Amino acid sequence: MEIPAEFETAGQTAGAATSQGAERLRLRHSAFVRVTHWLITLSFLALLVTGVEILISHPRFYWGETGNVNTRPLFTLPIPSSRDTVPTGYGYVLPDQNGWSRYLHFEAAWVAVLTGLLYGAFGFFQGHFRRNLLPAPSELSPKRLAINIARHLRFRRPSEEEAGSYNVLQRLTYLLVIFVLFPLVIWTGLDMSPAFASAFPAVVTVLGGRQSARTIHFFVSIFLVLFLLVHVLMVYLAGFRNRVGAMITGRLTQPRERS
Amino acid sequence: MSGISRRKLITTGLFATAGATGLGVAAKLAERYGLIPPDAGVLYGAGETLTYAAQRLLTRHAPTRNFSRSQISKDPFANEVAPLGEGFQRLQQGGFADWRLAVDGMVARPASFSLADLRTFPSRTEITLIACEEGWSYIAEWSGVPLSHILGLVGALPQVRYVVYRSIQPDWWESIDMADALHPQTLVTLGMNGGELPVPFGGPLRMRVPRQLGYKNVKYITRLTLTDSLKRFGKGLGSASPEGGYAWYAGI
Repeated sequence: MEIPAEFETAGQTAGAATSQGAERLRLRHSAFVRVTHWLITLSFLALLVTGVEILISHPRFYWGETGNVNTRPLFTLPIPSSRDTVPTGYGYVLPDQNGWSRYLHFEAAWVAVLTGLLYGAFGFFQGHFRRNLLPAPSELSPKRLAINIARHLRFRRPSEEEAGSYNVLQRLTYLLVIFVLFPLVIWTGLDMSPAFASAFPAVVTVLGGRQSARTIHFFVSIFLVLFLLVHVLMVYLAGFRNRVGAMITGRLTQPRERS
Repeated sequence: MSGISRRKLITTGLFATAGATGLGVAAKLAERYGLIPPDAGVLYGAGETLTYAAQRLLTRHAPTRNFSRSQISKDPFANEVAPLGEGFQRLQQGGFADWRLAVDGMVARPASFSLADLRTFPSRTEITLIACEEGWSYIAEWSGVPLSHILGLVGALPQVRYVVYRSIQPDWWESIDMADALHPQTLVTLGMNGGELPVPFGGPLRMRVPRQLGYKNVKYITRLTLTDSLKRFGKGLGSASPEGGYAWYAGI
């Protein structure tokens, strides 16, 4: 049976035309990676917007189980609030958007979690993690890492060979996002559910309590937003149209774009 | 090639039929086992349904955490309530001696209890955390009559699926399913931290649903109505919360 092009290994070349110069079409991302990428993108943006809305109803953070406006906070964000019970120093109160924000936050979280689980299963069983994300041991030497970091700091465009694969910094960053930040943000989010915390108290207490979980949730979200910004910047430097196109169609059409 | 596409067509068709039938059966089963929240039809109701169904399957009988006496918050926050009307103030001046909790709907023996009646019932004390949807929280010691005891006294009919509860504040009413209504830590609360329940915290009578957020813990409750359907209450979304844009189920 013929293997559909979508299921070829990412990074492999497809078709005979590929070896001929600038016209080559490479299969850069498998269909599974592309679909899950955009589902996660959509849900992340929804989670971010609604998360900010929910946050401004109480822009104060605490540690432990409890904390409220009568408690000394760990820190306070210098922003106005959507509740007049929160002392912010601003003379006005923002409109309350928590109703729809909470509905959408949890719906988008379901999309993110279910997509993440599918992606995780695919990544393990199809070898996506091993093949495309696990860095080669030789890449992890301090010298090689230093060279790579220096190149990134000078905003060098990726080389021809690199265009078909991920470099070591990309691999490490993606692994961090997939296996540390994403699970942690889901975990700390679930900790804020009173019913979930009742059924599985240990996952809350191990972090120090409900307010600790909320504070960690906030910081992990900040790291995820930082990742998003750097990710988009890197896509821009590598050729925005070409790279975004590859994440939609699977193929890099112009490896030499703008060079 | 054509053989493969025909085979593909047949398998795809089979899978699609099985999928559609499966979804239909799943929806029927979910409805029957009470896994569909009353606000399932609102804009983001799909996510809400997933949350409610998952929690009812996984956490139906889970007890909520009890904290130690030393963890009780020294500075709890009562949150704002709408101005308490004349009716409340009159009752307050009489020391709430005339406060009544009416119980009606699908019950064998409709009843109306005074606070003095409620104090004669078996009491339970729980040190639990209350969290507001805004993000803040505090821990207090709550004491009162388990709601399940009151449901037993009035003879709740077997078809009852929800308890609707109302505040003396006309716009504040909520409802919970039987998993929370019969939960031993769900209290019709009369006391807090060893004393009477202060008015800012919902005194003289508050519904404490410790496995759900603060807004389900209605203050100044005056009436419980037992029902098999929430369609006839308000806009049929289950409580005042979805009518104001907030989820009915607040266990998250």
